Amino acid sequence: MSPLPNSGATVAVRRPRASIVGARGGSVLGKGLLGIYLSVLVLLPVAALLAKSGTGGASQLWREISSPEAVAAIKLTLIVSAIVVAVNAVFGTIIAWVLVRDEFPGKKIVNALIDLPFALPTIVAGVVLLALYGKGSPVGIDVAFTRTAIALALLFVTLPFVVRSVQPVLHELDVSMEEAAESLGAGPLTVLRRIVLPSLTPAIISGVALSFARAVGEFGSLVLITGNLPFKTEVGSVYVFGQIQNENLPAAAAVSVVLLAAALVVLAALTLLSRWRSKHVL
Amino acid sequence: MLSITPMKKVTMTKRTLVALVSICVAALVLSACGSSSSRGSSSSLTLVAYSTPQPAFEKLIPAFQATAEGKGVSFKQSYGPSGEQSRAVSNGLHADVVDFSLEGDVERLVKAGLVSSDWNQNATHGFVTDSVAVIIVRKGNPKHIKDWSDLVKPGVQVVTPNPFTSGGARWNVMAAYGAQLKEGKTPAQAQEYLKAMFANVVSQDSSARNALQTFVSGRGDALIDYENEAITDQRKGQPIEYVIPKDTILIQNPVAVVGKGSGSATAQKFVDYLISPAGQAIWAAQGYRPVISAVPGAHFPTPAGLFTIDTLGGWKKVTDEFFAPETGIVTKIEESQGVSTAK
Amino acid sequence: MSSSASGSLALSPAPAGRAAPRREGQRAERAVRARKYGVRTVALGYLALLLLAPVAMIFYRTFEHGLTPVFDAIGEPNAQHAFWLSLEIVAISVPLNTIFGIGMALLLERGRFKGKALLGLLIDLPFAISPVVIGLALVLAYGKTGWLGDWLAENGIQVIFSVPGMVIATAIVSLPFVARETIPVLRELGTDAEQAASTLGASGWQTFWRITLPGIRWGVVYGVVLTTARALGEFGAVSIVSGRIEGETQTLPLFVQARFENFDVTGAYTAAVVLALLAFATLVLMNLLTRRTRADTAA
Repeated sequence: MSPLPNSGATVAVRRPRASIVGARGGSVLGKGLLGIYLSVLVLLPVAALLAKSGTGGASQLWREISSPEAVAAIKLTLIVSAIVVAVNAVFGTIIAWVLVRDEFPGKKIVNALIDLPFALPTIVAGVVLLALYGKGSPVGIDVAFTRTAIALALLFVTLPFVVRSVQPVLHELDVSMEEAAESLGAGPLTVLRRIVLPSLTPAIISGVALSFARAVGEFGSLVLITGNLPFKTEVGSVYVFGQIQNENLPAAAAVSVVLLAAALVVLAALTLLSRWRSKHVL
Repeated sequence: MLSITPMKKVTMTKRTLVALVSICVAALVLSACGSSSSRGSSSSLTLVAYSTPQPAFEKLIPAFQATAEGKGVSFKQSYGPSGEQSRAVSNGLHADVVDFSLEGDVERLVKAGLVSSDWNQNATHGFVTDSVAVIIVRKGNPKHIKDWSDLVKPGVQVVTPNPFTSGGARWNVMAAYGAQLKEGKTPAQAQEYLKAMFANVVSQDSSARNALQTFVSGRGDALIDYENEAITDQRKGQPIEYVIPKDTILIQNPVAVVGKGSGSATAQKFVDYLISPAGQAIWAAQGYRPVISAVPGAHFPTPAGLFTIDTLGGWKKVTDEFFAPETGIVTKIEESQGVSTAK
Repeated sequence: MSSSASGSLALSPAPAGRAAPRREGQRAERAVRARKYGVRTVALGYLALLLLAPVAMIFYRTFEHGLTPVFDAIGEPNAQHAFWLSLEIVAISVPLNTIFGIGMALLLERGRFKGKALLGLLIDLPFAISPVVIGLALVLAYGKTGWLGDWLAENGIQVIFSVPGMVIATAIVSLPFVARETIPVLRELGTDAEQAASTLGASGWQTFWRITLPGIRWGVVYGVVLTTARALGEFGAVSIVSGRIEGETQTLPLFVQARFENFDVTGAYTAAVVLALLAFATLVLMNLLTRRTRADTAA
């Protein structure tokens, strides 16, 4: 059974012997360079961010976070992201299913296009979504500057995550289990519920975690399409941007930390969940 | 489970890899040092400006380079939202000349020690262009919007940038407010007007540019903006018209020289050109009201009830009173809108 | 051994008479087919609305006024500089991230130390941070008024509002990919061959070059392609640290925004098409490589 890429599920691995670790773990110089790189890129900026958010002490931090506009922005971000990842979980699995189990002309092209939202710059996505789903839309849908627009943009940019997470697992799935269940009289829904989904769940969860993290932080595609109405269509990242422009750096940093924490909590929780499941299911 | 690949002749040695890494790092470092040293030459000016005057500078810069003072001067240009640009300069973005939409954006640089405190002690008080707040409507003006009072009518959708991220939006809000005072309303009634207007606002983009994009993409019936922006975009073929209300505010855009280094003498010459009759004529042709008198070709109607921000107490007082983070009048209006009409 | 039919294979239920089972079978067949087409329609309809329509839109809007404006837009000096700047930034940040990613993967999979989970979290952190926040954090750390601001100024190094800052921002957002793609492959590779080489007297470095690296190469390459795609398209973080000096610190995505705001629709969309085509190229690469990786690591 080959390990699942990116699924977070652990598979038994032969532990390297101590003598290898000395050589494999890398020289001190190597570790040092890696450490510097990580510090310059991640540790230092994040530390500066945390420090800035705490400049006025805990009470000011709380005040910034609990300002009505900030709360509204955070709430909107979390709620819309949650809805979007739920939709992604369903449709992403369906799409992965169709791409693995079905055959139709043009399937290869469709399969390749799934990754497009990942590779496309977010500003281009925003420009195009505005043209497509705003007034003058050739498809006749006008939802620009509403919360639907936010959901649409987020659905676009998070499309690949669940699909790409589920696909490899589905590919490796043994169909004979399903066939056996059917021959024993199980209906297709039961097969789905009892056989297929449990195997897919870790992958779906992994994809959901990535989608959520991406959705919470999304900025470029939302800047043009959402109208940025405070309390109505202003998301967390746009609020942070606004506070930066307002020179209110502690407020920007504070809300940034909240958004970051939300994404991290979800990432960590879902990773733990999938690890727990894989221990108990496999 | 193992994929053992046949032994290949290893063409890259450890030394080559280290060399590659060093090249990457060196490239990084060089581009850092390189950018800071190429600034020394006095024949290159960096202009950091707000987005709107970009088409104007496309004409102004070549015209300046055709003069004796401007010969051989090369330009680097950066355009973006006024506040963002100002903040960038105060955070280290190199600039020789700045042209912003709000006086406050230059004051920020004075506070940061980048612009000398006597920047506005010249003939034009530091301003390079004027404009007025206008209401942009769809071509044909289907909703017959003529004045500020039309913006609070039911069913009229207003677009204005967010006054907490866009300096330009603050001009808009104060124009509307000041117009109410000019009509004889009390401050309390004028605030009621603002509340009613904000209730009709359907989009508050982060910058004036984005608000314009929103409006042009089909959202809203009226966009509050600057006259020169309206003129520029009309010329670009956008299907819009604009209305100059009877009472409106005079928008004054500042320009300043940054720093006292080797580039500042040339920068000062450029600024002098911008406020010279030749420069002002080019500005006027682009739709900007001149700040000096007797500019040929400048035919701008003067609104009967034109007032300035000083009439309302100056930007310091107005910022405190209207836009302070928790106690500002507009802040409270925005909050009250959010709470009562939350979907 | 996967069947190509979606849903279940219909096996005939217990017979209850000659004609009945055939009708039962036919009905079951039809139900299966209906289910298959239904699912396919749902999936493709969703994709058409969300994915194919925008793609078509980009190309339509670019070429709706003919080819000449497009060529003019491509030839514009600022557009060309933005293109090359984007490539330059990618050319620096991707190799750095690749080396880092492989190093981190080795450390996490072959090393033995406490705090692996924390290290893994740090590497995954860029996934969870909004690009705006990354830009803010960089300004707070390396800006003029930031933590290292004074030290950088003293040494004449400009990070923020200059290309190095943009490289750092791009490197951050594309940090996790090589590591993430290499770790499972490294795990699956196992240490047998490495141990064998070591007992035969190969040094750590030789083992790495001749055994490990060839074994993980498709994971690495896939990670590199993902990193490149992400780095090319980066907008939010770079827009905060860039300074937007035309012809100097304006990348192609920033150029798209600037043109769009100036109502130069053709210019904006042309640049967008270039970015989309680059994205397509990476897509094709990604797909070719996924097949290779799967074939390579098939048990």
